[in-house]
Amino acid sequence: MHELSITRSIVESVVDRLPGRRVTLVNLDIGKLSGVEPEALRFCFELVAAGTDLDGAALVIAEPPGRAHCAECGSDFELDALILLCDCGSADVRVRSGHELRIRSVEVA
Amino acid sequence: MCATCGCGDDAGVRVTTVGHDGHSHAPDNGHDHPDDPDRARTVVLEQRILAKNDHLAEHNRTWLAARSCVLVNLMSAPGSGKTSLLERTIAEAALPLGVIEGDQETLVDAQRIEAAGCPVVQINTGAGCHLDADMTARGLRALDPRPGSVVVVENVGNLVCPALFDLGETRRVVIMSTTEGPDKPLKYPQMFVGAHLVLINKVDLLPHLDVTLDQIVTNVRAVAPTAGLLPVSATRGEGMTHWYRWLERLASPVIDERHPAG
Ligand SMILES: Nc1nc2c(ncn2[C@@H]2O[C@H](COP(=O)(O)OP(=O)(O)OP(=O)(O)O)[C@@H](O)[C@H]2O)c(=O)[nH]1
Ligand SMILES: [Mg+2]
Ligand SMILES: [Zn+2]
Ligand SMILES: [Zn+2]
Repeated sequence: MHELSITRSIVESVVDRLPGRRVTLVNLDIGKLSGVEPEALRFCFELVAAGTDLDGAALVIAEPPGRAHCAECGSDFELDALILLCDCGSADVRVRSGHELRIRSVEVA
Repeated sequence: MCATCGCGDDAGVRVTTVGHDGHSHAPDNGHDHPDDPDRARTVVLEQRILAKNDHLAEHNRTWLAARSCVLVNLMSAPGSGKTSLLERTIAEAALPLGVIEGDQETLVDAQRIEAAGCPVVQINTGAGCHLDADMTARGLRALDPRPGSVVVVENVGNLVCPALFDLGETRRVVIMSTTEGPDKPLKYPQMFVGAHLVLINKVDLLPHLDVTLDQIVTNVRAVAPTAGLLPVSATRGEGMTHWYRWLERLASPVIDERHPAG
């Protein structure tokens, strides 16, 4: 379960950035195409945060949808899986969003 | 601050403290403000979650480059044939090789590689389902590959988790075997999207299966349209010379430039 190491990275990063600060809320972006399950992350977060400055902090997870651009026909479209195919038949498709794995901000007490 | 490359650990990170009156100071180290101490404050971090891993991966790249070594991150589902591929490669390819084995438990794969006659280090991840850049760094130092080596990391057998973690590899190679069912690239796209090369292993079994090579190739292409694609049999040897050539080109890019057609 890689969500466990992802969660550890989140807690470590926040503690590194804000040593000694009591953190009450964490805002994350977990893109729909990132391969990380927000539910599994929530589950791990409570355990990993216990005993740290993030103990009991709320987790707010935004899930940016996958968006892609077709170089062939120029259209922008939503992507729910990493199947890189445009309706026009072209596979020359660039993913523009949905890969995010980011700590946006935190609230400190 | 990082001693090896002198870059900041926080490179590219903006830290802005935004007060409730909407004013902001940037950059800021997230230090406390003496005023209104009991109000919750938002600290903007805008930091990639895997920034630390990615940073360590860059260090591995620098370390490898200084030794003229390249690193191949070999990934697949459990049992697709990673160790078998390496055993045959060690026996047949004319290349200085080193192997880092990643498994949750046991030394079995490292013992197989050792028996094949190649320097090898085993990393056991315990509960961990993937290798990360830090484990790879420790593995590389223990392996101490000789200059000019191709170091292959056999990642933990898993089509999901290893895809997220950069190890500092030069190339990502994914093995999919004919017996896994042709839908794997569609079910685990993350793994295939990042691959530079996809090896379709166990092609010797195709006559006994309902699946065709075409079906597999079509599905790989749907998620990884530009990746290289090689059908092989690690145990019978079919197609393996193409794989060795791919490794040779990776190991000596200069020769490759002089013979672009090769
Ligand atoms: N028929 C056939 N069997 C193969 C081939 N390659 C590997 N196998 C068999 O598949 C099984 C698993 O092979 P391994 O090389 O151990 O697979 P692996 O990916 O290293 O497995 P893990 O490290 O456990 O994830 C063994 O029984 C191999 O003999 C092949 O090309 N053809
Ligand atoms: Mg193996
Ligand atoms: Zn995992
Ligand atoms: Zn199009």
